[in-house]
Amino acid sequence: MLAMNYRGPYRVRADRNKPMPQIEHSGDAIVRVTRSCICGSDLHLYHGMVPDTRIGTTFGHEFIGVVEEIGDAVRNLKVGDNVLVPFNIACGKCIFCEQQLYGNCHESNPQATAVGGIFGYSHTAGGFDGGQAEYVRVPYADVGPTIIPEDMDHDDAVLLTDVVPTGYQAAEMGGIKPGDTVVVFGAGPVGIMAAKSAWLFGAGRVIVIDHLEYRLEFVKNYAQCEAYNFRSLEDPVLFIKKTTDWIGADVCIDAVGCEAAGDALQTITGRKLMLQAGSATALHWAINSVKKGGIVSIVGVYGPTGNLIPIGNVVNKGITIRANQASVKRLLPRLIEHVQAGRIDPKAIITHRIPLEEVADAYHIFSAKLDNCIKPILIPPSAKK
Amino acid sequence: MKKKANNYEHIHGWGIDADPLDVPSYPMKHRTENDNKGMIWERPAQQAQLVEILHSNERPTASAVFGSANPPAGLSGKLRRFAFKFSESTWTHWLALLVADRVNMIEGIGQDLKSGHIPDLFTEHGGRSELKYNKAGLIKKVAAGFAVATLVIVFNKIRSRKN
Repeated sequence: MLAMNYRGPYRVRADRNKPMPQIEHSGDAIVRVTRSCICGSDLHLYHGMVPDTRIGTTFGHEFIGVVEEIGDAVRNLKVGDNVLVPFNIACGKCIFCEQQLYGNCHESNPQATAVGGIFGYSHTAGGFDGGQAEYVRVPYADVGPTIIPEDMDHDDAVLLTDVVPTGYQAAEMGGIKPGDTVVVFGAGPVGIMAAKSAWLFGAGRVIVIDHLEYRLEFVKNYAQCEAYNFRSLEDPVLFIKKTTDWIGADVCIDAVGCEAAGDALQTITGRKLMLQAGSATALHWAINSVKKGGIVSIVGVYGPTGNLIPIGNVVNKGITIRANQASVKRLLPRLIEHVQAGRIDPKAIITHRIPLEEVADAYHIFSAKLDNCIKPILIPPSAKK
Repeated sequence: MKKKANNYEHIHGWGIDADPLDVPSYPMKHRTENDNKGMIWERPAQQAQLVEILHSNERPTASAVFGSANPPAGLSGKLRRFAFKFSESTWTHWLALLVADRVNMIEGIGQDLKSGHIPDLFTEHGGRSELKYNKAGLIKKVAAGFAVATLVIVFNKIRSRKN
């Protein structure tokens, strides 16, 4: 079958000879992929920043498709079902799944205890091949996969596998109260969704900070928020203080993660020399921009080692930090309602539709921010069957 | 709150998910009767291990399911086995894995050549899209590469003449 094949940092190809996935466990399903996305966090893999990313791995944790085969123990799905598959692989039985922490399952990743299994996200997240392929193995098929409502556009459905829940949970973890000022660092797909979601929780003001003008322009219109380019601000933290009556924002959201721009020291030590787990510029700014007693919500992805952040200010300001991988299964019922009611329009962020055969170009376009790219989706040949 | 909502009528769904009783934020920890009891849940059936699966030494066994693609092999595999002797809390664990990844990249090129496949580095780096959307940037990169190569050649020639 055709599948994306990782060959090293900044090098991927479409491989026509990837073996078909097999049922390896009685709870598995095989899904024929009809759409998959490239996520901003896939770029961390693509850039070689995630340890234990092995040559030959197929990325892709945002995908939908049609159930082609099920294991003996699968009861909730049948062959032919159209499903959206949350990026978290969750058993539904462990104490973490019992608490609806589906992103923290203890039975889906042997290689690391700090993170649950994720499709196509290196062996640090379980070593599963992902959905940037024609077919994919889906473990615990009775737990995560959700049947796509008949009236739902499949472009909306594929964005419910990660980007919408992650943005929504970023706002949710912020504990936003009516009237709060919310600052979102990052105008990528997740930051856009976080800004949009902040209003649903009653934010009084939503401000997005980034350095890419085309994304700022997009988020300003899409999320009806304020948007500022940190390149044109002398100091983004100072700007936030001034614009909040010198108090700071009630909630700051880090929707950037380990490849943030904006600070030379962070960039050199984090992204170039890899002396820390990526550049923590956005988190640094979030901690320093939030008011005393405020909340910093982190959904940006960081590596497993450590980062330079002003932890002293966290203590002195009494900041609460909330962070997690989105618990997609928990959030899906509510988010499906929001999409059906027109409160969130996920597909509006899709800027590029690229055949899976051109996956190398898709990664480069997204990584290098070419052609005003915000969200690329990959269409495999299997989508036409 | 109603008064505030009137100010945001242009935003469809403003405040619909607000919970004013939420302190300090949610989702709060959802406690169950099984908290603090360790790994007592009824484990899912264990996936058969048909290839080598490394597991963190912070857990007693592999998880019930796992990915079986790309098992450790070669020099990179040896480095990965070494890494998994250390906990996730150590730099040795992660740095050894990063080094293994770079070694694995070179092994990948070797595997390609061995199987008669010459990697198309231009295409694999997304060169076609660079050509289409960022021709000026591509020309700059090629020119910079050419300049560096020329400098290296000239430097080597000067050095060999001195010797």
